[in-house]
Amino acid sequence: MEFLGEVVAWFANPETWSGRNGIPIRLWEHVSLAAAALAVGTLIALPLGMLIGHTGRGALAVVSIANIGRAIPSLGWFGIVFVPALNLGLGLGFWPSVIALVPLAVPPIVTNTYTGLREVDRDLVEAARGMGMREWQILRRLEIPVALPVILAGIRTSAVQVVATATLAAVIAGGTLGQLILVGINIGDEVQVFGAALLVALLAIVTELSFAAIQRAATSPGLRDRGSAAELSV
Amino acid sequence: MQDASGAVVAFEHVTKRYPGSDAPAVDNLTLTVPAGEICVLVGPSGCGKTTSMKMVNRLIEPTGGRITIGGEDIMSLPAVELRRRIGYVIQQVGLFPHLTIGENTAVVPKLLRWKADRTRKRTDELLDIVGLDPARYRDRYPNELSGGERQRVGVARALAADPPVMLMDEPFGAVDPIRRDGLQNEFLRLQSRVRKTIIFVTHDVDEAIKMGDRIAILQRGGILAQYDTPAAILANPASEFVERFVGADRGLKRLSMGRVRDLDHIEPVIVRSGEDRAEIRKRLDRSDELTFALLVDDDNRPLGWIDQHDLRGDGPIDPGAATPGAPTVEPESTLRDALSAMLGSSVQLGVVVDERGRVAGLVSVDAIGERLRAPVRGVDGELHEVGEADATS
Amino acid sequence: MSDGEGPIRIGWIVDRLDLLGELLRDHVILTVLAVVIGLIISFGLALAIRGSPRLYGPIIGVSGTLYAIPSIALFSLLIPITGVSIVTAEIALVSYTLLILIRNIVEGLNGVPPEAIEAANGMGYTRTQRLLRVELPLALPVIVAGLRIATVTTVGLVTVTALIGLGGLGYLIVNLGILRGSSPFAATAIYTGVALAVALAVFADLALLALQRALTPWARRRSA
Repeated sequence: MEFLGEVVAWFANPETWSGRNGIPIRLWEHVSLAAAALAVGTLIALPLGMLIGHTGRGALAVVSIANIGRAIPSLGWFGIVFVPALNLGLGLGFWPSVIALVPLAVPPIVTNTYTGLREVDRDLVEAARGMGMREWQILRRLEIPVALPVILAGIRTSAVQVVATATLAAVIAGGTLGQLILVGINIGDEVQVFGAALLVALLAIVTELSFAAIQRAATSPGLRDRGSAAELSV
Repeated sequence: MQDASGAVVAFEHVTKRYPGSDAPAVDNLTLTVPAGEICVLVGPSGCGKTTSMKMVNRLIEPTGGRITIGGEDIMSLPAVELRRRIGYVIQQVGLFPHLTIGENTAVVPKLLRWKADRTRKRTDELLDIVGLDPARYRDRYPNELSGGERQRVGVARALAADPPVMLMDEPFGAVDPIRRDGLQNEFLRLQSRVRKTIIFVTHDVDEAIKMGDRIAILQRGGILAQYDTPAAILANPASEFVERFVGADRGLKRLSMGRVRDLDHIEPVIVRSGEDRAEIRKRLDRSDELTFALLVDDDNRPLGWIDQHDLRGDGPIDPGAATPGAPTVEPESTLRDALSAMLGSSVQLGVVVDERGRVAGLVSVDAIGERLRAPVRGVDGELHEVGEADATS
Repeated sequence: MSDGEGPIRIGWIVDRLDLLGELLRDHVILTVLAVVIGLIISFGLALAIRGSPRLYGPIIGVSGTLYAIPSIALFSLLIPITGVSIVTAEIALVSYTLLILIRNIVEGLNGVPPEAIEAANGMGYTRTQRLLRVELPLALPVIVAGLRIATVTTVGLVTVTALIGLGGLGYLIVNLGILRGSSPFAATAIYTGVALAVALAVFADLALLALQRALTPWARRRSA
């Protein structure tokens, strides 16, 4: 109980909210880093997933990407990026952290986009083609809208993962709320560690919930009963 | 081929070979479907009926021969533009689940970049045509509709841009048998209004007979076994394959196609209550076909048969003497139903009655038999003797 | 490559084989403990969900929330309660396995063909017999699929425990690597750590796959 009191006191302390190590700056670092990584990851993953999903070719590549993505520890990516960033004198911080996070952002989006498009009933695609839709019209007017819940579920998984892992950017000077945790661990300040960890957890949950809300709002009412299928394909 | 309600579709020596396969899927198919008629492609699985149909809108490209619509080679247009001028209905209906019924119906007009208000007007008109109240259905999604309703939307969608030609791939195959019959009738009524040229694929020979103005029976390897009117095919199967395919009950199927109005009627000897027996005997003797007189009421509705036994002696006929149960049939009744009714009665005659139940004539079991032996009009417009092409005779 | 050339120093690795072995062993222990405990808990919860399906929503909701909490945050949140100990690491690691395992067990059991269940009932199996002899074997491919994902994920997460001073291969990446960025051996330590972690993950994945194929000969063609 006493400990929780200290945590409350930590949050109430104006110093916690000010300066280079204050929550606002670290939170901003965290969010902007995650947003950048998610944006870059989405830009890479969406076209790739759509290409593979629409043509049905390259499914093996999808599986491989997903497996490799999973087998390399998220901390490992920071280590992998760290060495060249340091040796080549590129410096540490924001961009190396983005690069380390992109590989985590890509696989769920590629997998879900691919799966989502492939799950679109082949009869629908045939009907669309029979009515005279061009390939890109089939993709844009049929496959993407129908697969949208599943695609958004992939982006949601990615977003949560990136927000969570952005914490580790602190180890390569990327700042973020993780910095507060690492500093806290180093100086033995359990209160700060706990407080910062609480914030990170909260941020992850907020991300999860907001993306879930976006996913619901963007799903055509005609597809509502497919929501559960989208959840399962995380 | 834009404005005509229907357009002639012609296959000329059309062949489809798939790479890596020796036997062609469709082999030198030549047939012409006149404008505004339904041509049913029917046959066992692997006969190439669906392949043949899909070559018309180039979902499958022919490897030989040519197909024309309204005299125009289908290869003269880019495939997507061709497809937008051909209605397409598939078994699974294929409504887009993320679009409302209105939006689904408007897919092709939208591809053709119609103005919004024109599209909207057309959509409502179409939903109305297929019997769905636009106000109730326009903004619903496919998952809120029953199978039959979805099928109607599928037809509306195919009709949207008023295409001269429609392709239908087992359109009623996924509907339960009871509702299928209703949808078929409804579609035939619709077709009698819109008069499209329709290529209709099914594996069900009964559906083919019911829906087709003409039927193309295909056999394995994409070979055209027979192309004729349903009546002509049933009367004169061109080969043993066709005979087996249409079934051993093809005589009964022919009965289902014929109507009582097609039969020669016999003039009945009409008797009313109170007429003199000797007089009636005289009139019966003059008829060489009848041994029974028909007793009717004041409104000319049949009451029963009067036989020689009832006519013995003199004096007025007693209405109680009539044997009740004269089977009545209507001009629109099928010969099958008429025969069934007649066989159930002791006198093998049917009384044809009009819509108010008044006697219009008599038909006999013999007349039905004669009708089955009468020449049948074929796809060439000529009359053909029954059995003349029968492979087994 | 030899010492003095390129980023990878083979000599450094050879000199520290004992340490590597120790770290690998710690890593395996942390992983196996987490997955086994996670599996036991997930089974209990999955069976509870089968008993009353209304529990599915809340259980998946809670484990989904746990899954969303960043690992380092979860470790940190636990330190004030359980200190820097293996218990801290395991509570967090187990939490992460739950979502995947519960979902796959439930999905696997739901996917058992109803006719198989009916046949089992008809032949007089008790509920337990039916579960053990019919449902579990048939659900095994889906369950193992979840187990594989959970195991591979856990191998990765164990590296993070190095940040709170626990063992595992993360020690190579963090303590001997990134935190000693200026050392000529940092790169070697980092790449060795990542490579071993990946190797361990791949090995565990293939081993579980092999186990599943051995146990479910009838499903071999489908999972191929």
